[in-house]
Amino acid sequence: MKFLAARRRSPIVASALLVGALAVVGGGYAALGSVQPAEAALAVGSQTQVEKGEQLYLEGCSSCHGLKGEGTASGPTLVGVGAASVSFQVSTGRMPLAAPGAQAPAKAENPYSEDDIAAMAAFVATLGPGPAIPTAEQLDYASADEAYGGELFRINCAQCHQAAGQGGALTQGKYAPSLMDATPQVIYEAMLTGPQNMPVFSDAQLPTEDKQAITAYIMGLQEASSMGGLNLGRFGPVTEGVFLATAIFAALIAAAVWIGIKSR
Amino acid sequence: MTTTSPVEKAGGATATYVDERVGSNKFLSRNLGKVFPDHWSFMLGEIALYSFIVVLLTGVFLTLWFKPSMAEVVYDGSYVPLKGVMMSEAYDSALNISFDVRGGLLLRQMHHWSALIFIAAMAVHMFRVFFTGAFRKPREFNWLIGVGLTTFGLLAGFSGYSLPDDLLSGTGLQIARGIVQAVPVVGTWAAFLLFDGEFPGTEFISRLYGVHILLIPGLILALVTIHLMLVWTQKHTQFPGPGRTNDNVVGYPLLPVYMAKAGGFFFIVFGIIALVGGLVTINPIWIFGPYMPDQVSAGSQPDWYIGFLDGALRVMPNWETIIPGVGWTISWNIFIPALVVPGIIFTVLGLYPFIEAWVTGDKREHNLLDRPRNAPTRTAFGMMAITFYVLLWVGGANDIIAVAFDLSINSIIWFLRFALIIVPPIVFVVTRRTCLSLQRRDREKLLHGYESGRILRLPHGEFIEVHQPLSEKDLAVITAKHDYVPLPAPDKADADGVRNKKYRAQMLRHRLSEFFYGVNVPKPSAAEIEAGQHHAAHDAELEAPLHEYEDDDQIRTFHGGVLHHPGMPETNAEQLEQEHRS
Ligand code: HEC
Ligand code: HEC
Ligand code: HEM
Repeated sequence: MKFLAARRRSPIVASALLVGALAVVGGGYAALGSVQPAEAALAVGSQTQVEKGEQLYLEGCSSCHGLKGEGTASGPTLVGVGAASVSFQVSTGRMPLAAPGAQAPAKAENPYSEDDIAAMAAFVATLGPGPAIPTAEQLDYASADEAYGGELFRINCAQCHQAAGQGGALTQGKYAPSLMDATPQVIYEAMLTGPQNMPVFSDAQLPTEDKQAITAYIMGLQEASSMGGLNLGRFGPVTEGVFLATAIFAALIAAAVWIGIKSR
Repeated sequence: MTTTSPVEKAGGATATYVDERVGSNKFLSRNLGKVFPDHWSFMLGEIALYSFIVVLLTGVFLTLWFKPSMAEVVYDGSYVPLKGVMMSEAYDSALNISFDVRGGLLLRQMHHWSALIFIAAMAVHMFRVFFTGAFRKPREFNWLIGVGLTTFGLLAGFSGYSLPDDLLSGTGLQIARGIVQAVPVVGTWAAFLLFDGEFPGTEFISRLYGVHILLIPGLILALVTIHLMLVWTQKHTQFPGPGRTNDNVVGYPLLPVYMAKAGGFFFIVFGIIALVGGLVTINPIWIFGPYMPDQVSAGSQPDWYIGFLDGALRVMPNWETIIPGVGWTISWNIFIPALVVPGIIFTVLGLYPFIEAWVTGDKREHNLLDRPRNAPTRTAFGMMAITFYVLLWVGGANDIIAVAFDLSINSIIWFLRFALIIVPPIVFVVTRRTCLSLQRRDREKLLHGYESGRILRLPHGEFIEVHQPLSEKDLAVITAKHDYVPLPAPDKADADGVRNKKYRAQMLRHRLSEFFYGVNVPKPSAAEIEAGQHHAAHDAELEAPLHEYEDDDQIRTFHGGVLHHPGMPETNAEQLEQEHRS
C-alpha cells in the first residue's frame, strides 16, 4: 500500500499528511482528556475522616509520596490523582509499594481496612481535584448490556488485557494484569484513574453506562462456564499447542508403542 | 477342515463371483501376504493418515452449516454475550455450529484438534524418516512428496484458522496480507488481487473457502495416495536385526496381523481425537469476538505450526530500506523472517537427500535404516535445525511467556536474537559428540561384551567386573553399522599433466564428505569381535560357581557377590563377632 501511495504522491506529501492527521487526532484526544479533572467532583470527606487519613498517610505513604503528597524520588505526586486512585491502588494491594520494580504488583492482602482506605482517599482528595470513588449506583451493572460491553471491551481493553481478559505483556517487563479477580469497583476505578500504562477512560470517552456494560462483560467472562470443556487457561493457541505436544502426543505415542509390543 | 460352514460357502462363492469378473484373487494373494516390518516409530505416519481421515470426515460435517460469506448480519443465536452484535455471516454460522447445531461444537473441536494432530504427526514422522536415513536412495521422491505434504498441511491449517472470521482469524489474515505485500515488486498488486481490493474486503473468505475445502485437501489426498503407493512398491525399510538384510523384509503379513494392528490403531487415534474434542476447548471463537479491522487482542497467536513464522517476525529487528529516487520501501523486517527464512528452511528440507548423497558420494540403495548415532553428522544437523525451529517457536509465544514467567518481553527478544545464532551450533557439537560416545560404547560392547555391573572377587583376591556376551539381537544390531569412508581428495592434474577443471568443486565435496564421515568410530574387525565375545563368555564361566549356589540362602546373589563357602561370615558385623568368639 505504502508503495502505491508513494507512486501517486511524493513521500514528503505523504508524511506531511500523516503528521497532520496525527496532530488532529492527538489534539482532539488531548482536548477530550483534559475535560476530566474539571468534571471530577472534589469529594472531600468529613474532617475527622480526613485527619485519620492524614495520619495513616504520614505513617505508611509519605516516605515515598512526600509529606504533602508532592512526590519524592521514590514515588510520584498524589496531588490531583483523586480518591478513586487511592482506593484502587490500596485495595488491590499495589500500595504501599513493597519493593521497586517494573510495576507495582497487585497483592491478595493489603494491611488496611475499608475505613482506613476511605480515610486515606478522603485525605488525598483534599490535595487536589481528581476522580472520586464510584458510587454504588455507578457500580450497579445489573441492567447493563453485556454484548455491547463486549464490543467496547474488544475496542478499548483487549489489546492489552487479551480478548478473554487473561492479561498480556507490555514492554520492559510491564504487563496488563488478568481481570479474572477484578471486582466491579476495581474495574470502574481502573478505568477512571488509568493506573500505570493504562489510559484514563474519562466519562467523556466512556460514559457511566458504557463502563457498566464493560463491567457486565468482564463479570460474564469471570463467571462463564467453559463451553468446550477444559479451557486451558484461555490463552489461545499457545497453550493448545503445549497440550498437543504433551498430553495428546504422549497418548498417541504410548498407543503406538503398545501396539508395537503387542505383536510379539 | 472337512466340513464347510454355510458362511464359508457364501464367502467362497462371493470371492469366486468377484474374481471371475475383476480377477481379484491373483491381486489379493499377491498383496495380502505382503510383509511389513514392525516398529512403533513406523506408526507415526499412520497417525498422520488417520488424523487426516478424521479431518476430512469432521470437515464434511462442518460444510453443511458453515456459510463462507462476509455479508453483515446481526447475531441472534443462543450465546448471550454476543447477542445483537454485528458480524459476518461466516462468524455467525461458526457460532451457530458451536451453540445451536447438535454435536456441532464437538465436531468443530474434533476438526481443529485433528488438524493440529495431523500436522504434528507429519512433523514427527518426518523426524523419524530423517534421523533413520529412510530418505536415502531409493526413497528420495517420497521424501519430496512428504515435504510437499507438510507445506500443504500448513496451508490447509492456516486457511482453516482464517475461515471463522473471528478476531484471531482476521489478525492472522492481516499479517498474511502484510507478508504478501512484502514480496518485492509484485507484493502490493498480489495482495490486492488476493483480497479483491483493500483489507479485509468482502471476497476473501469465500475465496479461501474453496481453497480450504477443495483444492488443498484434493492435493493432499492425491499426494498421500502416491506416497503410500511408493511405500508399497518400494517396500518399507527396517531397522537392523537378526536375519534382516538390505535385500529382505522381516515382519508380519498384511493380512491378518498388520491389518488388525492398523485397524485397531485407527480406532485408537479416532478415539483419542474424539475424547480430546469433547473434553478440551480449542479455538473458543465466541470469546475472541468477531473480527473488526480496528481491533486486536493481546496474545494473538497462530496455531502451533505457524508459530515459527510468527516468532521469526517478532524476533527480527525493525529494518527497512527506502530506495532513493523511486521511494519504494523494502521491508526487510517482514521480507527476511516471513519469506527468506521459511524459503531456506523448506528448500534445505526438500533438497536434503540430494545434498547428502552428493556430499557422501553414496549411490547404494538403502533398505536397512541407520541408527541415528551411526550417522553423527546428519543427526547433529537435524538436532540443530530442530533447535532453531523451537527457538523461533519460543519467539512466537514471547508475550505469553513474559506474562507466565514474569519476564520482560524485550529481554526475551534480545535473548532469542543471540540464541538463534549461538545455540544451534552448540547443539550440533554436543549431539555429534554424544553420537560418537554412543558409537564408542557400541565398540566396547563388541570388544568386551556387556558390563554386567557385577563385581567378582576371584579366589586369589583379584576383583573383576563380569562381562557378558551380547545377545544375538544386539550383536546383529550393532554389527550392522557400515563404516563409510570420505571421498578421496582430487588431484590437481591427472597423470598426463592435464589440469583438472573440476578441481575446486571436487575439493569442496571432499572437504564436506570428510566433515560428514570423518569423525566415525570404526567398527572392530570380525576377528576382534569374535575374540571379545569369547572373552566375555569366559568371565561368565568364572562366575558360574556363584550361580551354582544361587538357591542356597547363605550366598548373596546380588551385586558384589564373593565366592563364598558355607559357614563364612556374611557381613562385617558377623565377621567381627566370629573373630571375637574365637
Ligand atoms: C516504597 C515507596 C512507596 C510507598 C511506601 C507507597 N507508594 Fe504509592 N507509589 C509508589 C510508586 C513508585 C508509584 C508509581 C508506580 C506504579 O504506579 O506502579 C506509586 C503510585 C501511587 C499511586 C498512583 C499515582 C498515580 O499517578 O496514579 C497512588 C494513588 C499511590 N501510590 C498511593 C499510595 C498510598 C495511599 C500509599 C500508602 C498506603 C503509598 N502509595 C505508599 C511508591 C510508593
Ligand atoms: C494500554 C494498555 C491498557 C489498556 C488499553 C487497558 N488497560 Fe487496564 N491495565 C493496564 C495496566 C498496565 C494495568 C496495571 C496497572 C498497575 O498495575 O498499576 C491495568 C490494570 C487494570 C485493572 C486492575 C486489575 C487488577 O485486578 O488489579 C483493571 C480492572 C483494568 N485494567 C481494566 C481495564 C479496562 C476495563 C480497560 C478497557 C476499558 C482497560 N483496562 C484498558 C493496561 C491497559
Ligand atoms: C499426509 C501426511 C503423511 C502421511 C499420511 C504419511 C503416511 C505414511 C505412511 C503410512 C508411511 C509408512 C509407515 C511409516 O513409515 O510411518 C509413510 C512412509 C514414509 N513417509 Fe510419510 N506420510 C506423510 C507425510 C510425510 C512427510 C511430511 C515426509 C517427509 C518429508 C514423509 C516421508 C516418508 C518417507 C520417506 C517414507 C518411507 C519411510 C520408510 O520406508 O521407512 N511422509 N508415510
